[in-house]
Amino acid sequence: MSKFFKKLSYSLTVALGISMISGAAIAKTELTMYYPVAVGGALTQTVDAMVADFMSKNPDIEVNAIYSGNYDDTRIKALTALESGKPAQLSVMFSIDVHELRELDAIVPFDDLVSTSEEKAWLNSFYPSLMENGVAAGKTWGIPFQRSTIVMYYNKDAFREAGLDPETPPATWGGLIAAAKALTKDDGSQWGLMIPSTGYPYWMFGALAMQNGQTLMTSGDKTNFDHPDVIEALEVWKSFGEDHKIMPKGTIEWGTLRQNFLEGKTAMMWHSTGNLTTVKKKADFDFGVAMLPAGKRRGTPTGGGNFYIFKDTSDEERKASMKLIKFMTAPENSAKWSVATGYMGVSPDAYETDTLKSYVAGFPPAAVARDQLKYATAEFSTYQTSRVKKGLNDAIQATLVGSKTAKEALTEAQAAAERILKPYR
Amino acid sequence: MKDSVRNFQGWLLFAPAAILLLAFTHYPTITTFLNSLYTNKSVIRPRRFSGIEGYESMLSDPIFWKVFANNMWLALGTIPTSIGLAIIMALIVNKAIPGRGLLRMAYFTPTMLPMIAVANIWLFFYAPEIGLIDQAASIFGFESTNWLGSPSTVLPSIMVMTVWKEAGFFMVFYLAGLQTISPELEEASKLEGSSRWNYFWRVQYPLLLPTTLFVLINAFLNSFKLVDHLFVLTKGGPDNASNLILYYIYETAFAFLDISYASALTIFLLVLLALTALAQFLFIEKRVHYR
Repeated sequence: MSKFFKKLSYSLTVALGISMISGAAIAKTELTMYYPVAVGGALTQTVDAMVADFMSKNPDIEVNAIYSGNYDDTRIKALTALESGKPAQLSVMFSIDVHELRELDAIVPFDDLVSTSEEKAWLNSFYPSLMENGVAAGKTWGIPFQRSTIVMYYNKDAFREAGLDPETPPATWGGLIAAAKALTKDDGSQWGLMIPSTGYPYWMFGALAMQNGQTLMTSGDKTNFDHPDVIEALEVWKSFGEDHKIMPKGTIEWGTLRQNFLEGKTAMMWHSTGNLTTVKKKADFDFGVAMLPAGKRRGTPTGGGNFYIFKDTSDEERKASMKLIKFMTAPENSAKWSVATGYMGVSPDAYETDTLKSYVAGFPPAAVARDQLKYATAEFSTYQTSRVKKGLNDAIQATLVGSKTAKEALTEAQAAAERILKPYR
Repeated sequence: MKDSVRNFQGWLLFAPAAILLLAFTHYPTITTFLNSLYTNKSVIRPRRFSGIEGYESMLSDPIFWKVFANNMWLALGTIPTSIGLAIIMALIVNKAIPGRGLLRMAYFTPTMLPMIAVANIWLFFYAPEIGLIDQAASIFGFESTNWLGSPSTVLPSIMVMTVWKEAGFFMVFYLAGLQTISPELEEASKLEGSSRWNYFWRVQYPLLLPTTLFVLINAFLNSFKLVDHLFVLTKGGPDNASNLILYYIYETAFAFLDISYASALTIFLLVLLALTALAQFLFIEKRVHYR
């Protein structure tokens, strides 16, 4: 027995010695970062390649970039890691998680991390509408990375077949309905339009409400679900399937919608710009991308993921994290990322790089999301955002499947949101 | 050997299982129960004792009743069908037919696949217009159906998938049960001129009752435990039409970060399942054995 212990203690000493030596020799700052992918495709390889590039340029920083499922999964994993005492230092998480992360005291504002005037200029270098979701209580908590807006993909071949001009996609609701009617085939083999209503129904609804002149929330503690314009927007959504018969009734699956479009089962779809590169690679027909049409005005929420830095970090880790974030969002990298995925370049400078300039010149749809930014608003986000969001999602789905009227469903959702948000006012 | 040494040895042998059970079953159960009695902690609002408030809000939560009802319908819709199918499949592959091994494997394949993979396959079966089911239906002139997108069809769709997934698993138990039945019984019943059905109904089925009970309990527990597919297929929608208790607990705990309410829901589920298991041990088990 004692021999065994001697051996054990010997090997432990050696192991300890080795690890101390190697630690002293390299003194690397280790960063763990979680990131989500919400639209599928080979996005993980793109992120991994960018991170590898960063490490080769910064040999003193070691980054473990961990793909962690969709936005919800990523938040859960990051927060679980935080509780378990082996936290991540930074992560890409849903831009709308900001209020909940703040309430958990999990993140630090970037205002506290930037000191030089150069860094402050960097903080102001992004598109302002992409910063909206990252700002709370007068401070900036999130830096835009994989950001999107909703755009309308349309099948130009189908437009030609239906006698429509493929170069002038519908720009108003009226035009949309008229075009979709012409595109819908009576035998059910092709629908005019599909707007997804699972996964992120509140997101699509944010666009319709905005086009009807109203946002879904005024601030983190106040929602506008029962505003007449919001109710009307949901009635319009429902009428696409119910009255105009240009869209299937019931809910439309977020995950399979792209396939529907690629197989020609719908002539138009509303979806994230994050799908653009995949659609481009896989479509065997001529397709176009347009801004969402206008009701009273044009409108879309922004969407996607921001970089956050966690509070439970040392100064070195924060510095290294800042370095990584600056690298990932730098114009040239943002441009590469945009080309690889379809997500937007996050700053005007990104669109000034040769990479994006030449890409946009050869493929104009890549600029639609950027051009649409001037009509964009923040994505729906409140305190207890998941719970409030679920109430809204349920209301949207209940209306679309016909179990409640838009007014009933949204009034209930508003009442539930009031109950949840009251303590925060 | 002295008694004390024997006792000590006994405890040592018992220790690994006991430690695992304590650490991963009993301790979490107790902390879950305690969590359900307190409100959530946040920077803005400190944690406080709330007693049975969590359970009260559960009773007045329409979504809770909805998911509970869904779970009961799911149990009712899947258990008898999958047991019936399992018995039929077991009877078929218990016979000496050519390709028996292959057939057994074919029946068992759905069980071996991970639920998430299964759900991804079925997502494209059920997809309107482009899905396998709709494409097959369109050949016969049926209109496209939005299987997962309307409240009337979403739960039945999930039931069909669950039966497909589970029946093969239960078949294995019935197959084992059938093989313990002595062949003399079959010979005797043949000699007496008893029909095939009569032999099944009077001999095989009663002898399989212990298996049926075991499968019944397991199927019931599984109908509450299996929710992996919801993540892929419906996320509980539309409007909670396919939401189940365990998925609702997951949402409450990890999407809403409401640990307190999630704990109350968990305790409810735990008590329900414990009572089911207890019923098996106390009452039914005595009655099912063939005398």
